[in-house]
Amino acid sequence: MISNLINRKIFTLLKVQYSNMLEYRVEIALWAISGIIPFFMLNIWTNNNLNESINISDVMLSRYFLCAFFVRQFSVVWVVFSFEEDSLMGKVSPYLIQPLNPFLRYFAQHLAEQITRFPFALIIAFFFFIFNTESIWIPNLGLLLLSIVSTFLSFLIQFLIQSIVACLCFWTEKASSIERLLFIPTLFLSGLLAPVVSFPAYVKSWIYLTPFPYLIDFPANLLSGNETNISGGLSMQILWIFILFPLFMKIWSEGTKKYTAMGS
Amino acid sequence: MNLRKYLKVYKKFLHTSLASELEYKTNILVDLITAILSLIGSIFLLSIFFQNNGYIGGWTFEQALIIQGIYTILNGITNTWFNPNLTEIVKHIREGTLDFVLIKPIDSQFFISLKKINPSGFLEIILGFFLLFFCIRINQINLNLSFLTQSLITISCSICILYSLWFFISTTTIWFVKTWNAIEVLRSFLYIGRFPLNSFSFSLRIFFSIFIPIAFITTIPSEVFLGLSQLWKILLEVIVTSVFLITSRKFWLFALKSYSSASS
Repeated sequence: MISNLINRKIFTLLKVQYSNMLEYRVEIALWAISGIIPFFMLNIWTNNNLNESINISDVMLSRYFLCAFFVRQFSVVWVVFSFEEDSLMGKVSPYLIQPLNPFLRYFAQHLAEQITRFPFALIIAFFFFIFNTESIWIPNLGLLLLSIVSTFLSFLIQFLIQSIVACLCFWTEKASSIERLLFIPTLFLSGLLAPVVSFPAYVKSWIYLTPFPYLIDFPANLLSGNETNISGGLSMQILWIFILFPLFMKIWSEGTKKYTAMGS
Repeated sequence: MNLRKYLKVYKKFLHTSLASELEYKTNILVDLITAILSLIGSIFLLSIFFQNNGYIGGWTFEQALIIQGIYTILNGITNTWFNPNLTEIVKHIREGTLDFVLIKPIDSQFFISLKKINPSGFLEIILGFFLLFFCIRINQINLNLSFLTQSLITISCSICILYSLWFFISTTTIWFVKTWNAIEVLRSFLYIGRFPLNSFSFSLRIFFSIFIPIAFITTIPSEVFLGLSQLWKILLEVIVTSVFLITSRKFWLFALKSYSSASS
């Protein structure tokens, strides 16, 4: 009974958000295009033969960056920006009285956007393969499933981190600047611009303890068939979710207690 | 007379926008940390590229730092002036407030391009200058008058090209209403400006010299710093800049003709 209700809620939310997102398909297409930085990085790597020093062939590296592009496409999170706007505009109050955590709504929004984005990402990948025909490969089914799972886990980690930051909106008005601050280490340490194996030893010694390499580097390695510690990576992702989720629940319950509507 | 009027108006703009931005003091502090981390991240990425190679596209690490410095300054200028103002155009058009701008006895392009200012971009500009001075020392560049004028000319040309690009995309809002993501696409392309143009493959180099003139934005000024730039390149940059400025101006006036106020 209860699970049925939850299912129905989630299904309805997804359906509504998906049709909402379809209205903005041009925007989402542009958004997909703005994620092509990994391809520029690939160009620098292969054009200067930088990959020789880290023992990855051209083909494997191009697959890595393509996968990094894909993982990034399906783990982009912007919940803090939506929540900040809604909370400044006072839209959070009606959400709060509904028997549904507002963050589930944002969560459905993100999932719907990913579904809308999928065809555009495929088109970009298609063009990538036209220019790099030698890097075409078919990942084996098991790895493909595992990498989808780990991409989803990466999305969950980022969603939780950003939701925690978004909850800071209850205390400060501009939480998005904190998100922009957190985005910098995510950008440089996640493996979007350079695979983590290429990092100098003094960074590699501690980076695997942070959540960053599990956001893009790990799923991308998994999908592209590069060497990686599968069980270690997945368990670290799950561990981070287990750390972040209670933290989010805590800050959410504190925040809603603190919350007063505009004009009160 | 006219110039004096615009100066006076600009002083008022500065005063009001600084006053409103300084309300968010912690926000500025967070932005400062973000700017510093972002610079550290870029240098870290550059050091990964150079860890086993002496040269990237014919540039040494010390020389590539010059590009990084110029990019940081330009990015700071973008964050201080272009970003806050030109994203405002989208809002003006969506909410119909562009009407209020158009009926003011002042040039509309002047008004929407300079109305706001975001002081946290200043630190990025200062950081960029520090990095540049450091580069001048480690590359043993002679500071003489011709070098100073050349670098001043090329950097101001870069600023004008950058402005025109931003303004051009924001102008298209008049037809497409929502262009946030087109701006994101521009941003991701401009990201390339952090690296020497020669480090990319030939086809990308062509693309970035013709369609999005990143070659003119960061590479030519850095070549001036190294004393590599020929006179024709500087002249070419001046010509390209004037073409860009004039076209963006013309495009704005043309777009205004198709502007029909909200709900008309």
